[in-house]
Amino acid sequence: MIPAVALVLGVVLGLALEPTVPAALQPYLPIAVVAALDAVFGAIRAQLDGIFDDRVFVVSFVSNVLVAALVVFLGDQLGVGGQLSTGVVVVLGIRIFSNAAAIRRRVFHA
Amino acid sequence: MTVDPGAETGVSPEPVPTGGRARWRSLLTPRLRRVDVAVAVLLAALGFAAVVQVRSTQVEGPLATARQEDLVQILDDLTNRDERLQAEIGSLEQARREITSGSGRSEAALAEARRRTQLLGVLAGTVPARGPGLMLTISDPRGEIGQDALPDVLLNALEELRAAGAEAVQLEGPVAPGEQPAPGQARVRVVASTSFLRDDRGGVLVDGQLLKAPFRFLVVGEPTTLATSLVIPGGVVDDVEARGGETTVERSGDVLVGALRPLEEPRYARPAA
Repeated sequence: MIPAVALVLGVVLGLALEPTVPAALQPYLPIAVVAALDAVFGAIRAQLDGIFDDRVFVVSFVSNVLVAALVVFLGDQLGVGGQLSTGVVVVLGIRIFSNAAAIRRRVFHA
Repeated sequence: MTVDPGAETGVSPEPVPTGGRARWRSLLTPRLRRVDVAVAVLLAALGFAAVVQVRSTQVEGPLATARQEDLVQILDDLTNRDERLQAEIGSLEQARREITSGSGRSEAALAEARRRTQLLGVLAGTVPARGPGLMLTISDPRGEIGQDALPDVLLNALEELRAAGAEAVQLEGPVAPGEQPAPGQARVRVVASTSFLRDDRGGVLVDGQLLKAPFRFLVVGEPTTLATSLVIPGGVVDDVEARGGETTVERSGDVLVGALRPLEEPRYARPAA
């Protein structure tokens, strides 16, 4: 319950404040959001499986975001930032899909 | 919905949650530990960041968040496209110039062809002609010329007129003196192929049409030259009067040769050029 409320609160804050993304963060923010989404889907799946752990979630969330940003940063330094961020998005997208499939099986038994 | 009383009172020990419903309930039960706060903060940050990203993409357009090499790539593409389109503009303008000048040429050719049609139409008798000229009347009031000699007289007169530069000629008859134009059926446009035949009905058959005295030539040409050619000694006027007929020559600044003849397609002859 609290996490859902916090999520909505964040959305409302973002809508209300209308901040602009700093130029330095612009390449990393979309990747970070996708990585965080991956962590959230993993958490939901673990919750349904009954193996959810708060600490694991926090650590995986933070590390996901940091690793994704780091990979993109490295890619930018190496001159392959565009390709690497595409790769990160693809990998995270696959994980999100498989997590969503597991969640679907648990919820709908199908 | 049953609310677990243990969470609020802390009296009865909470039963260990088992099964799906219990797990969902544990989601809804408020528990505040440090790690819960961390989870909440992280999710709030996620929502915030997602909304910010979506808004910045919508407001500033996709180019604002594109990275440098992508922008360079896009710029290159645009430059190439610009060059291609410029080349296309050049070739299309070239084509337009060619078409425009070509149509100018064909219009000039068309105008020239129309002009030639008009000029040749005057010669062939397919268009009316008007201009300075004269009217020559040949009458035979006493019938002394006779129908045998009439074609000769008319042919002489015509040849004299042609020699004097007649450009368009029309022969009428019978005409009342001073009448212009003659009644519709009694006039013939005289062209190169015109023939004069004797006719037993007391007239002359001109191109298949019966004309009777008094005859009148309507001639477009230089009036003085034409008139002079008619009155020379032994000329047309002398000839007609010697045969017992009468002539009048009337110069005019504006003679209308209005009789037409149909354009006949040659059956065998084709333009060779």
